Amino acid sequence: MVRLSTRKALSAYIFLALPLFFFLFFRIMPTLQAFQMSLHEWHVQPELRTFLGLENYERMLSDQRLHQAVKNTFLYALLGVPAQLALGLAFALLLHSVRRGRGFFRAVFFAPYVAPAVAVSWVWSLLLSPHLGLVNQVLYFLGFDPQPFLNSPSQALPTVTAVVVWQFLGFHILLFLAGLESIPRMYYEAAQIDGAGPWQTFRHITLPLLNPTIVVSLIMATAAPSIGFLQLFTHVVNLKFNDPGGPLGSTLTVVLYVYQRAFQAYDMGYAAAITVVLFVALLVISVVQMRLVSREVEY
Amino acid sequence: MRVRPAAVLKYAFLVLAVVPMLFPFIWMVLTSLKPFGEVFSLDLLPSRPTLDNYVALFSRTMFPRWFFNSLLVGGLTVASVLFFDSLVGYTLAKLPFPGKNVVFVLILSTMFVPTEMLVLPWYQMSADYGWLDTYWGILFPGIMTAFGVFLMRQAFSTLPDELLDAGRIDGLSEFGLYWRIALPLVKPSLAALAILTFIGNWNAYLWPLIVAESRQMYTLPVGLSLFSGEVGAQWNMITAGSAVAVIPMMIVFAIFQRQIIEGVVRSGLK
Repeated sequence: MVRLSTRKALSAYIFLALPLFFFLFFRIMPTLQAFQMSLHEWHVQPELRTFLGLENYERMLSDQRLHQAVKNTFLYALLGVPAQLALGLAFALLLHSVRRGRGFFRAVFFAPYVAPAVAVSWVWSLLLSPHLGLVNQVLYFLGFDPQPFLNSPSQALPTVTAVVVWQFLGFHILLFLAGLESIPRMYYEAAQIDGAGPWQTFRHITLPLLNPTIVVSLIMATAAPSIGFLQLFTHVVNLKFNDPGGPLGSTLTVVLYVYQRAFQAYDMGYAAAITVVLFVALLVISVVQMRLVSREVEY
Repeated sequence: MRVRPAAVLKYAFLVLAVVPMLFPFIWMVLTSLKPFGEVFSLDLLPSRPTLDNYVALFSRTMFPRWFFNSLLVGGLTVASVLFFDSLVGYTLAKLPFPGKNVVFVLILSTMFVPTEMLVLPWYQMSADYGWLDTYWGILFPGIMTAFGVFLMRQAFSTLPDELLDAGRIDGLSEFGLYWRIALPLVKPSLAALAILTFIGNWNAYLWPLIVAESRQMYTLPVGLSLFSGEVGAQWNMITAGSAVAVIPMMIVFAIFQRQIIEGVVRSGLK
């Protein structure tokens, strides 16, 4: 008769065998391999891969196109993240303050989130088309000049940003609504008794108690896979499918550039080096955001 | 009933905001029902709505195959994720064993590695093992997820240990405890995980774009993307193709709204 603790531990190891293999072989090992690849000049045949040391990293310092991609990526985040959070919080507050139909409006705002980014981007690329697109027709109807949007080097990046904000707005509304719902009512009642106005209530009760949600929302909008602005790829490719990253590289992102280097130029070693730097940057930025924005909430 | 002006203003504003949220989808469907000659006309409504675009899509292009590929990859991935993520989540929540912290940290650490860093080694691995352009190649990176493991671990940790001890006394095996007692009690979390995984898979673009090389192996987003690039000015076809990709997700969303929203909120607050 085996002891119960032995039986539990043995079962645990059996249950974990295959999953551990998966996480080691398909997650941890590839992570290390990316570091390794970044030190080599890549070739399809392993024998022909040559060791370069840090050469790929040095190359990044003088790569103008990479610099443009990095600059754009930060610009996307600087424009998109505050817009995403501000709109998300504003609509969450609005939804939180109405009694009827909250579920309906929440669902409508969230609907774009479940749609494939590829389809959403294509539909928007047609709507934003310079001559025949509906957005320009509406502008014309309202008495404005038609805009080039995605065809203009100065407008393309903000336009892509707007589409991404549009698609993931509902996600952030959802987070903020959950945050708002978790704030105990008694604080608001106490504030009311003390004669606090709406702005004071927001400033001194809602905002501090919402801090954990703001941190999550901020990190998600900045760095999370598929919805974070620093990892933009699918929207950029499909909004400008015939000239990805264009016009004149004005919408190019780091991930798109990695894709182009790795799978169009087969410059895998260099692409790997860029992803290593991106990985470190994402981690550092997330940690810094957490440190800077997180507040201890004491009631 | 007294109507307060502030409330009226709020609803007016909300309705106004809803228009740009929904309109692209409505426009997509309306345009997909237009014959080619009408797609650039200023009228929103097709003068003579037709399903010809959809018929063409399903009879003369590879959309049926791409649809099937996405369903197959999504279905297999969901099945695998549900089983393995819940098994690992259960083990971490309910079974004490030496080295648990190491396993926990190991799985947690994988959450911080961005996909675009992994796709390069995955590609090399797939080339070495002959997985390029196969279903296994498309789906292997997603068969287990750290996110799901932690979601399930959280769900299982709320179950009382006495329940499992009672099962042990009744002579159930450790696997039986997980499968017969614990698993049925976390059905809501399983449902949320299944739906979120399926949506994520249905919408995935970067890795399928890299690993699927022949048209037969494209998933729906990859196929839609390249197809739309080829047909160019045929907005009727692009919108029909987009609708084929979007509408199943909208139906899933309409049916499972509660689970999806709960799942997203829980994943965010974790």
